[in-house]
Amino acid sequence: MHCPKCHAQMHTYNRNGVQIEQCSGCRGIFLDYGELEALTRLENQWNGHQAPQAPPAAPAYPAAPAPAWGAPHGGHGGHHGHHGHKRHKSFGHMLFSS
Amino acid sequence: MTALLPALTAQAKLRAHRTPDCACDAPHGVLADRPDAMVVRHADVVAKAHAPGTPEPALTARLAAAAHPGLADTLLAPLSAQPARLHDRLVTLWPYGAPVDRDDPDAAPWEEVATLLARLHRTPHAGLALPLPPMRGPEKAARAVARLRATAPHPAASPVERAWGVLPAWARDEAPYPGPPHLCHGDLHLGQLVRTPADRWLLIDIDDLGTGDPAWDLARPAAWYACGLLLPEEWTRFLNAYRAAGGPAVPADGADPWPVLDVPARALTVQTAALAITKAVAGERALDEVEETFVDACRRMAAVPPDLAPTGTK
Repeated sequence: MHCPKCHAQMHTYNRNGVQIEQCSGCRGIFLDYGELEALTRLENQWNGHQAPQAPPAAPAYPAAPAPAWGAPHGGHGGHHGHHGHKRHKSFGHMLFSS
Repeated sequence: MTALLPALTAQAKLRAHRTPDCACDAPHGVLADRPDAMVVRHADVVAKAHAPGTPEPALTARLAAAAHPGLADTLLAPLSAQPARLHDRLVTLWPYGAPVDRDDPDAAPWEEVATLLARLHRTPHAGLALPLPPMRGPEKAARAVARLRATAPHPAASPVERAWGVLPAWARDEAPYPGPPHLCHGDLHLGQLVRTPADRWLLIDIDDLGTGDPAWDLARPAAWYACGLLLPEEWTRFLNAYRAAGGPAVPADGADPWPVLDVPARALTVQTAALAITKAVAGERALDEVEETFVDACRRMAAVPPDLAPTGTK
């Protein structure tokens, strides 16, 4: 899928079961019907009584900035899913080699 | 070449116990045996034979930097100020330090390595005894791409070439670094720090030390993070510790670091992918899942050249 604004490739991220398309060019985000409401609902569950005035799309951004060419981050269960899965021997070796 | 190992071992024994024929039962062994370096340990002494063709003036300047008192809490100091010559190789002697545990990457000392880098980058290189050559990060990336080109054709080579092609000339070692030069390690990874008997972490391996873009030293962890291999928490720990120690490579105020990390992290992703393909071809095997991750990142990079790349996510 291509971004309607800048026509760069859009990448799919999964945020707690909500599919989000983010543009690799302008970083714009495309939400399908109902996804904004799903995000808002999730955010309210997490934040409880705290800061309900935050923009609803805020949780869609990664915790730390990443480059446009980066792999989708943290969208597969973070600590215990995607990353843990890839964190095998080969990466352990890579940490120590030139 | 085969005579190098016993000769190097004799050098380490001579320095450790004043005899080349020491047969004591102190810890000893070959720490590395690669085309570009042979490293042996005997008791508290490590002897390193540097890559064939290493220029002596450059190595001597780098050795002098490691011996400089201003870097005593950053770089491991050598045991001798001059490299020795042994079988056409330059040899240096070092005190032994314990490396990071390779079998426990979760215990990697991210804060410590970040703090050491910040300290290194803050050191004024003009105050060192001898002028240092440029750090060799871009040269190593260019060499990895040259090796890829010299190897048999592989389907993953073309995305790597395309990602390389969109990098600026300085990152491809075709022009000097245009920014203000800082003292840099040049080849940072977790094998590049050791813990001394005094329980202090220090950086080792001065072969690529020199002046250049300090962001290059952060770029390997940055690339691992961008490729989805390093956990966001680990990357954040590393980056925060670097900032807390006053590291000059990234904006100190918590602003997005990617405008400065983008080019070096791309270059190291290309380097990693190029070496992975070269090794896979030599080993007649397929790329593993982690290696594919770097090739995939190269594919995405080519579509977003650095000068167009929006960095950061607000």
